[in-house]
Amino acid sequence: MLVVISATFFMVHAAPGGPFDDDRVASPEIIKQLNETYNLNDPLISQLGNYLLNALQGDFGPSYKYPGRTVSELIASGLPITAELAFYSVLFALLLGILSGIIASLNPGKFLDHFPMSVSMIGICVPSIILGPILILIFGIWLEILPVSGWGEFSGDKILPTITLGSAYAAIFARLTRGGMLEILAQDFIRTARAKGLNETRVVFFHALRGGIMPTIGFLGPAIAGLFAGSFVVETIFQINGIGRYYVQAAFNRDYTLILGISVLITFFTLTFVLLSDILATYLNPRLREKGSIN
Amino acid sequence: MKKITLSLIIFVILGCSSQESLDVESANKQGILLLDNGTEPQGLDPHIVTGVTEHKIIIALFEGLTMQNPQGEGVIPGAAESWTISDNGKELLFRIRDDAVWSNGDPLTAEDFVYSWRRILTPALGSKYPDMLYAVKNAEEYNKGLIKNFDQVGVEAIDEKVLKVTLRTKTPFFLKQLAHYATFPVHPNTIEKFGGISNRDSQWTRPANMISNGPFTLTEWSINKVIKVTKNERYWDSDNLKLNGIHFLPIDNESTADRYYRSGKTHNLNIIQTEKISKYQNEFPNEFKLEKYFGTYYYRINTDIAPLNNIKVRKALSLAIDRDVIVDRVTKGGQKPAYSFTPPSKNYYDPPTSLPHDPALARKLLAEAGFPNGNGFPEFELLYNTNEGHQKIAQAIQQFWLKELGIKVTLTNVDWKVYLDRQSQGEFEITRAGWIGDYVDPNSFLDMMVTDRGNNMTGWSNAQYDDYLIKAAFSESEKDRINYFTEAEKILMDELPIIPIYTYTRVYMLREEVKGWFPNMLDTHPYQFISLED
Repeated sequence: MLVVISATFFMVHAAPGGPFDDDRVASPEIIKQLNETYNLNDPLISQLGNYLLNALQGDFGPSYKYPGRTVSELIASGLPITAELAFYSVLFALLLGILSGIIASLNPGKFLDHFPMSVSMIGICVPSIILGPILILIFGIWLEILPVSGWGEFSGDKILPTITLGSAYAAIFARLTRGGMLEILAQDFIRTARAKGLNETRVVFFHALRGGIMPTIGFLGPAIAGLFAGSFVVETIFQINGIGRYYVQAAFNRDYTLILGISVLITFFTLTFVLLSDILATYLNPRLREKGSIN
Repeated sequence: MKKITLSLIIFVILGCSSQESLDVESANKQGILLLDNGTEPQGLDPHIVTGVTEHKIIIALFEGLTMQNPQGEGVIPGAAESWTISDNGKELLFRIRDDAVWSNGDPLTAEDFVYSWRRILTPALGSKYPDMLYAVKNAEEYNKGLIKNFDQVGVEAIDEKVLKVTLRTKTPFFLKQLAHYATFPVHPNTIEKFGGISNRDSQWTRPANMISNGPFTLTEWSINKVIKVTKNERYWDSDNLKLNGIHFLPIDNESTADRYYRSGKTHNLNIIQTEKISKYQNEFPNEFKLEKYFGTYYYRINTDIAPLNNIKVRKALSLAIDRDVIVDRVTKGGQKPAYSFTPPSKNYYDPPTSLPHDPALARKLLAEAGFPNGNGFPEFELLYNTNEGHQKIAQAIQQFWLKELGIKVTLTNVDWKVYLDRQSQGEFEITRAGWIGDYVDPNSFLDMMVTDRGNNMTGWSNAQYDDYLIKAAFSESEKDRINYFTEAEKILMDELPIIPIYTYTRVYMLREEVKGWFPNMLDTHPYQFISLED
């Protein structure tokens, strides 16, 4: 985390232009004064030291772009929106991904395998920065059935961002589920279950899925962390005021403290979710659990 | 199947969930104006912020000594009921209204103005608009730290309600500057309570903390959602206020704003998307507004480098541009071709300058400068900040220069801060620029081009020009003053360190029930005059 903060810190300061440059050029005296007020005239290393010291105490400093607002306050206003977007996206990705993964695994080599898997390959390959505008073009401009910007302001404005952000992960989940399911479906206990005459739905959803879903669960943590990072693009395309958009704007505004604050948050999320998903995977998978207890 | 059903249900929920907000019909009944205000403001501290978005909110909350006349270019009394100006024009006495009070009931005093002006001029506050008061004697010196004692600055309270202002020299536009929020009063005790006179990051502008003196008080501020203000019952003219409140909605996406307006969630549409302009103009002629704006879009030339240091070259570049084509076919927002730097107005200032489109003359001048048919002319760079509109204009001008003059130009777009940085470092050949005047006077444009002014940035310097501006400042009569500005403008349009392209217009929609909203060049609409017809 320290590495991320330091790297970000030096990068933002290396970018040309400063937080107080404006269309209406202020006199050099004023700029000097502003830099002094925010200690921007100090050597970078001591600025970094101060920042870390304050950050440890939970103080991420004032925003340069919005005087009177703290970075924490701005993050607090944007985070619920980003979290909601990420939540819906992961839900969308799970539902679509797992379902098509199951369908594919039950029809290996057939059309119902190739079709969802080809679509998911496209899903993985097409980045949201392209998918978003395509969806806007189709549903917003040609068909005019869905709003193309905002969040929670007009009916249906949450649909396109959710699909855009969730698609790539739906595709990955689909492939992971398919792989996991194929492995499980070939195992003896499934054959036993089928031999005992259980109906296929029961076999698939109650016996096979529990194991088949494991790779997906394992990937859930990195996926959620990735969704937060992916929100930068999606929030910018759909002009949603979450932390992703703040981050992009802060970068353009050279709002150093806000950039750093959000970087810290995203790093923290990434580490936490990866850890959580490892723990969850261990808990769900008896094989991993036993290994753990032997050690 | 269950999962499909479930996902459908979730999508329906997702699709239907939307915030409940006020619509214009119920707002009309309650006397609440719903304004599309562009973006989230940087803040609400009149001495810190800069920008149009902020201006629109601040004039609801605070009131200066004078107020922009909504039906003209002058000013009308604000917190001051009257004033007198000495014969030499240097001493002004303002009489503050007896019934002007702060929203907590404290009387508004002359001392409050002294404190407020001291605040914006305090170097440590780092205000970007201190120059709005530089006309005041020693204000600039105090702001730049050359003098430490504020008593030497030309503002003092004669008694509780009389403010005396001493100017450096006669300044006819000073009264207009007093209608700018940078000169507005702030409540001294509140400022002191929340961190003192030089604290930029003060919490005093929060709804619970703010004490203000304008027609409205701040009641809610939700970031990126809404800013709500409510009628200030203690405002001196509250009996004549027709609005009970205003909701300022920060909608920074043009398409969302359009949806808001069409679905009756706002009384105005701040910016019309270019492709919809002609449609709205035809379909909603009573709501469609196209008004002149006090701003100029222009190209700034670095006159320190060859061959752009040659006047003939700069003239050729200007002559090759067909401004009519640019406004009719490229910008398409009702802009007017610009033939002077200061936007002209029939009422007060209409410089007789012209910037014709004459490719033949352009080629002749270029040949005289040593580049017949553009031969040997170095390829140069046209810099602009990343924006589709700027790009289209740059492409059109690139074509004009290539086709008419044989000059090759590379287009370079960079992000806003890089653009600003390169301009201020002089690392450019030609850049796009835009300027909106802070007050309606030629000085707010022409002063920029005086030698070494911070916003000049072209390296251009002309002693005669500088002299005309000084003479304008010291001139005895208004007629002389305007003449000096006209002469200065002629020099500028002859030497062309900047090439004006078009005069800005404001193109927006306003619902018919909004009354008392008058067109003016600063696009300022004091809420004291506005009412909503049911």
